[in-house]
Amino acid sequence: MSTAAPSPTEAAPSAASEAILAKLAAAVGEDAYCVTRFRDNIRIFVTPAKLIEVLTALKTKAGCAFLSELGGADYLKYPGRTGPRFEVHYVLRDLDTAGIVVVKAGVDDPDPALPSVYGLWPGCDWMEREVFDMYGIRFEGHPDLRRILMPDEFASFPLRKDYPLRGRGERHNFQRLTREES
Amino acid sequence: MPAPLLDEPDLETEAKQATWTLNFGPQHPATHTTLRLILELDGERIVKAVPHIGYLHSGFEKLGEHLNYNQYVTIVDRKNYISPPMNEVAWHHAVETLLGVELTPRCQYIRVIIGELARVSDHLLCTGAAALDLGAFTAFLYAFNLRELIYDVYEEMSGYRFHPGYTRVGGVLYDFNDRVLDRIRKVTTTFPKVYSDMSKLLFRNRIFLDRMRGVGKLSKADAIAMSCTGPVARGSGVHFDLRKDAPYLAYPDFDFEVPYCEEGDCWARFMVRMEEMRNSISIIEQAVAKLPSGPVNLPIAEKLNVPDKATTYNSMEGLIQHFELVMPNRGFETPKDEVYAAVEGPNGELGYYLVADGTEFAWRARTRPPSFIHFSVFPHIIKDHMLADVVAVLGSLSIIAAELDR
Repeated sequence: MSTAAPSPTEAAPSAASEAILAKLAAAVGEDAYCVTRFRDNIRIFVTPAKLIEVLTALKTKAGCAFLSELGGADYLKYPGRTGPRFEVHYVLRDLDTAGIVVVKAGVDDPDPALPSVYGLWPGCDWMEREVFDMYGIRFEGHPDLRRILMPDEFASFPLRKDYPLRGRGERHNFQRLTREES
Repeated sequence: MPAPLLDEPDLETEAKQATWTLNFGPQHPATHTTLRLILELDGERIVKAVPHIGYLHSGFEKLGEHLNYNQYVTIVDRKNYISPPMNEVAWHHAVETLLGVELTPRCQYIRVIIGELARVSDHLLCTGAAALDLGAFTAFLYAFNLRELIYDVYEEMSGYRFHPGYTRVGGVLYDFNDRVLDRIRKVTTTFPKVYSDMSKLLFRNRIFLDRMRGVGKLSKADAIAMSCTGPVARGSGVHFDLRKDAPYLAYPDFDFEVPYCEEGDCWARFMVRMEEMRNSISIIEQAVAKLPSGPVNLPIAEKLNVPDKATTYNSMEGLIQHFELVMPNRGFETPKDEVYAAVEGPNGELGYYLVADGTEFAWRARTRPPSFIHFSVFPHIIKDHMLADVVAVLGSLSIIAAELDR
């Protein structure tokens, strides 16, 4: 342990990512969203009403043709949190410059709902279904919004923070079909 | 004209309702894992395919919220169990991005080596199984034999053959020793023979070619619209590889090429994987030759690593650090923030969206699973193909159900 200790380096967003942000500001104006930076991530917070407008501008005017990832998170009782309970994130990439931005939209209880981005990226199909399955966030305009990982008769949303790790007895009370009954 | 012996069906009306439904899986040798397809067929032609997944759903992401950043490495191993070290590298890459630490040069090289070994291991299974499903058993055995040597490396470096659980926050479990390097050299020296055997068996195999070429075509525009990454996207002419375009770890130090094809069929994806293996072996050779000396883990003053046995038992700082990380309610101090970080996995972009709440447990550990996204493309590219093409297309997408369902 005698060699010089590598110090924590402050990773900054790449120039390509900043360029995407500049193009977005030119397209929709900076009032439509607010931006935070952490490590090499740029995050763009939008309201559900502005979501499609900002994502469309990112796709058509800022070069982010690729939806890399879509997922949700539940911030129930997250320390120091005042915003909406759920957030859905969209990670967009520019495949030519490798710039990357994260768009975040918050939704609150009850009946969380966001517009679907199926019209922009058909690849969001299963990812939106998974967010619906795990958090109960509805995506309006999705052509086939069904549960995907959990069985259809499952009543809860397992990744919500108020759902216990060991479940609510679904496993033990699972209805068995015997050979005689079938 | 003789009288009909049986009631002959009225072909005109029967044709209109000629589609029939076939349940494929969840237990079927050619799916390799547990997934189910409901196929609507017109004769043998597929009219519609509806995948039903979730049979292996085990709540890995929920578990990620209840295990600390070091413990969860055992769970990420079990996602894509064909290439566990790559999952570990991806997971701890995300954690270290969150914590804002830079690894020692030696550790970066070691992570590149185990990641590339995992990529070779994954591609060997994928290309071998693609041949197996289409009836070419021998190539599969050659491929699997080399995977055995890669398991020997895992065993020597970590003590576990299948799920090494080798990486740690800020370092790895044990440093590489000479025996590990010898076993890695054995893999790299054996590989050309295996590649040559597989290429002789498959590259000009009439049956294999006929069943792979022109089957399961995915256009470049569709590959981008459907969020495909990795060999699936590169088989369709998308020039994107995180190792080149957004380099991480020590990848800028190595000289390698990223193969791609324009055709977008099963054959293109197969060939991209075959060529990627050669490049990965080249990266491993370069990394072993240039492996920097020096410490592998960050110094204990960084308060990140679990110290090794000698430091724990022989120094006060080591003992305190070990206590801090192992006892509950202590451990890491993380920023109250979130980060997305991804690496180039064998199947494509393998990313983690991490939300930290200041404690040693992640608030949210979302995986970006390439298998999940590639399987959602399957119903689109299998349309109008024959029933027998299902296994060819499934094999070329490399669906790992444990990662698919998590």
